[in-house]
Amino acid sequence: MNGLFERKYIIQGIFIAVAVIITARLFYLQVVDDSYLLSANNNVLRKMIIYPARGVILDRNGEVLVQNEPVYDLLVTPREVKNIDTALLCELVGIDMEGFKRRMEKARSYSPYKASQFEKQIPATAYAKLQEHLYKFRGFYVQNRTVRSYPDSIAAQFLGYIQEVNDRDIERSNGFYRPGDYIGASGVESAYEELLRGQRGVKNVMVDVFNRPQGVFADGKYDTLAVAGEGLVSSLDRDLQLLAEKLMHNKIGSVVAIEPSTGEILTFVSSPSYDPNMMVGRERGNNYMKLLHDPYKPMFIRPIQAQYPPGSVFKVVAALIAQQAGVINANTVFHCPGGYRYGGGRAFMRCTHVDGSIPLVPAIQRSCNTYFGYTYARMIDHRGMPSAKAYEHWREAVMKFGIGHPLGIDLPGEKSGLLPSADYYTKRYGNTKWGSSFNISLSIGQGEMGITPLQMANIMAIVANRGFYYRPHLIKAIGEKKIIKPEFTERISAGVDPAYYEPVIEGLSRAVNMPGGTAYSVRIADIEMCGKTGTAQNPHGENHAVFFAFAPRENPKIAIAVFVENAGYGGTWAGPIASMLVEKYLKDTITLPKYIQDRIYNANLLPKLKTTEKKAPDTAGSTQKQASVNRAESNKEENVAFVHHSAVVNRFRHE
Amino acid sequence: MSNPNRNRLFGGHVDWFTVLLWLLLCIIGWFNIHAAVFDPEYPGLFSMNTNYGKQSIYIFSAMIIALAILIVDAKFYSSAAPLLYALTIVLLVVVLAVGRNVGGNQSWIPMGNFRLQPSEFAKLATCLLLARYLSTQSNKTPTFRNLLVGASIALLPVVLVLLQRDTGSALVFFSLVFVFYREGYISGQWMLIGGLSILLFVLTLAFNQWPIIIALAIVTGFGIYIFRKRRKVIASLAVLFVIAATYVFCVEFVYQNVLQPHQRTRIDVVLGKIDDPRGEGYNLNQSIIAIGSGQFWGKGYLQGTQTKFNFVPEQSTDFIFCTIGEEWGFVGCMVIIGIYLTLLLRIVNIAERQRTAFARIYAYGVACILFFHFAINIGMTIGIVPIIGIPLPFLSYGGSSLWSFTILLFIMLKFDSNRKGIV
Ligand SMILES: [Zn+2]
Repeated sequence: MNGLFERKYIIQGIFIAVAVIITARLFYLQVVDDSYLLSANNNVLRKMIIYPARGVILDRNGEVLVQNEPVYDLLVTPREVKNIDTALLCELVGIDMEGFKRRMEKARSYSPYKASQFEKQIPATAYAKLQEHLYKFRGFYVQNRTVRSYPDSIAAQFLGYIQEVNDRDIERSNGFYRPGDYIGASGVESAYEELLRGQRGVKNVMVDVFNRPQGVFADGKYDTLAVAGEGLVSSLDRDLQLLAEKLMHNKIGSVVAIEPSTGEILTFVSSPSYDPNMMVGRERGNNYMKLLHDPYKPMFIRPIQAQYPPGSVFKVVAALIAQQAGVINANTVFHCPGGYRYGGGRAFMRCTHVDGSIPLVPAIQRSCNTYFGYTYARMIDHRGMPSAKAYEHWREAVMKFGIGHPLGIDLPGEKSGLLPSADYYTKRYGNTKWGSSFNISLSIGQGEMGITPLQMANIMAIVANRGFYYRPHLIKAIGEKKIIKPEFTERISAGVDPAYYEPVIEGLSRAVNMPGGTAYSVRIADIEMCGKTGTAQNPHGENHAVFFAFAPRENPKIAIAVFVENAGYGGTWAGPIASMLVEKYLKDTITLPKYIQDRIYNANLLPKLKTTEKKAPDTAGSTQKQASVNRAESNKEENVAFVHHSAVVNRFRHE
Repeated sequence: MSNPNRNRLFGGHVDWFTVLLWLLLCIIGWFNIHAAVFDPEYPGLFSMNTNYGKQSIYIFSAMIIALAILIVDAKFYSSAAPLLYALTIVLLVVVLAVGRNVGGNQSWIPMGNFRLQPSEFAKLATCLLLARYLSTQSNKTPTFRNLLVGASIALLPVVLVLLQRDTGSALVFFSLVFVFYREGYISGQWMLIGGLSILLFVLTLAFNQWPIIIALAIVTGFGIYIFRKRRKVIASLAVLFVIAATYVFCVEFVYQNVLQPHQRTRIDVVLGKIDDPRGEGYNLNQSIIAIGSGQFWGKGYLQGTQTKFNFVPEQSTDFIFCTIGEEWGFVGCMVIIGIYLTLLLRIVNIAERQRTAFARIYAYGVACILFFHFAINIGMTIGIVPIIGIPLPFLSYGGSSLWSFTILLFIMLKFDSNRKGIV
């Protein structure tokens, strides 16, 4: 037995050995390998993103243009879904069985264990019903978010829209955006994205093995609060915008009104417009495609993207720079025999009147082509330098009025307009021996010249200010502190002394306020509005009606440009629209006779579309009218409705 | 013994140190069961309906049972052994008929709202009967016949428990092999052969049969080369190789054809043959994460997220060690292992100081059973043995298990306290 007694030590040795093996394994698991703590945290930690409220956008008087409205995303964790009343869920969410299966399949392919979106943006009314039954649907959760809402359904192209980020947005943002986030895609939403979006918050919650929330992690030590986006105060006047959109209903064109003393944009209409609420909610995708394929191209931001020959507004600029250059003065008289003869007498640019001997003020008032033909000839041919060089001087002076370059408005996609360089003509004519007669149509703002409605309104602001402007802008104050971007407070000179403006302003005033003036019918009682009707040449069809003005003459409050495409003579359509807007803004009433108002409200000036066109609105080979519509609205960079110089000249000649 | 009466209680010298270790384990168990079922939403709630509420009743009743055992005359256990054994065998048969299926095996007899697990008490009865049988033979030279009878006593409950598909509880009886070893029925060589065959078994499962056969052939060939001049050795090496190879084939055959698919999967997961963190490997994976995430100092009481949020399955019963590992860390694990090791070594020492063979053999049986539970339970939570559901003695939740272990331990203490007297 003594020998067997020794076996006690063997047995105890085995016990100790096993304990040592277990200890060694525990030492490895608990002390050496750090990865298990991470795994345990991954098990229980769920980072919940707290979406900040996007910044609200107000009009200049504090009226809400864009606000946020709660909607509810329904999430699903496929593995947790068991024995649910599928039919009831489908009914509550408003989908069919097929849709249910498709959504579940999609969620399962994303991850059976993680929650993913089942249905987006369920409106508050539908959610109320869903919530009552939600407890029956194990594995389904609701996450609330906000979507944009536009109480007055106005200013669609100005405000822009937001959309879900795409892969490129995510990549460019260095990971700031995640799939499912929203980003401003156009208009103010896009231009001020970084201010509006705010800062996402993160909440670390713990979940149990069934993914049920179990409270905050580490007392919220690692949580961050969501910071709401900055509110923006826009320069827009809601009431004026509403009226302008109503007036432009069923018309293609633009209205831009600027407060000259600040550069703030009061009205920004791109017509046809659309209800910005269409770009929100579950129908967004369909609506977006509808708008994209609308032959009238409502997504085209006409005030900054459409380009037209400036026409008579350019005569204002021409008169100002010619005075500054000293080639004419207020008393300079030219003889108008009903047109301007040039090119050694072989060519003729018609005037609308036979004006006889005409000084500057009536030349502006009556828009005498002859007067500005002579003026242009003096600017280019008689400066004691080669015409190419003189042209460059002239061009520089024109550019100071905001023509031929973007004004730098706080919206993406602004076009620069068109103003060719001297090199362009030198190349075209093969030598430098060209003179004013080679591009005489520029003298009256035709030919190879194009401006946007915004640029036109800005020219009026310069004239109203007698020589300077502020960069036109849409957002006048940012956030609680009402910060204004410094670039919008910088006064930009147009390079012409204030004194030279008086004869021009007098001419514009007479055009409206003197009996017989072209815009006499739209004058406003008690307000001295200075402006002019104009016509933008449209070689493809009916001309575009234009009216530009500012008011009142002293201490001006508003500068405005109205374009109505294919509406013919400016005085008929554009003039009354501008007049009503100016009066509304300055006096809050409209005195224009009711029948004129109604005529405008009810007019449908949309160019007719051929039925075949409807099917394929973007194909070539359309009618003249259709071509102009398409071209004017195309988002592509192209020179719109500009005719070759000689073509214009020919037109004048044969008229 | 300057004052023979000082430690005399219940008619003998009670080993208070062992009682202290027992009490310590019960209390630690209670706190960890509380942590395991702790619901962070209702932190202050104490309810008798929860596991820790019930466990406090079990612990309290275990104390009464312990007290009762110490009071009862030691002779009773020895004389009642055959009857007790017969009774548990009957119960094991009954449970096959009326047993309630819990967790894949039918080992419970429902008794009102309490469930009796006869296999727990089978360990006790087997230990007692084995001790009684072997002690009657202890003055003679161990014979193969005695070994066979003794082994039969242990194997009868194994068969019945296996029929209930409670593999874990069945395997426990094999730990009694140390008793036979200590009593001289099995030699050291056979123990070594047994150990090697277990090693071969595990290697075969891990690497399939052919690599093992090839490895064995290489080793045999090497041996033949070394002993090329000694024919007898060569012959025995050849015989050994044939036996080993046959064994390997048998293991593979059993593994492929006898084991249940879920058992095969569990073995495969532990052996690392399949990596399945969401299926069969899920429990093991979560268990290891829980213990590993405790790191050195642990997360603190009631702070274990794996535990609190139910990532670990059956965490108050079979996986209670996860809670300890997660909330008390390496330090806490060392304390638990230290207590168990101290208890096991103490029991062996107690066994050796017994004057009767009966008490010694019984005490060794207790040590073997506790050791097996300790090693396999902790081993499975840390992924070194397959997951077989057996409880951690005194720590795991459950009345049957706590009472049976307590009875097992205190009968030994009763014998020990009486060792000066006559059994
Ligand atoms: Zn004229």
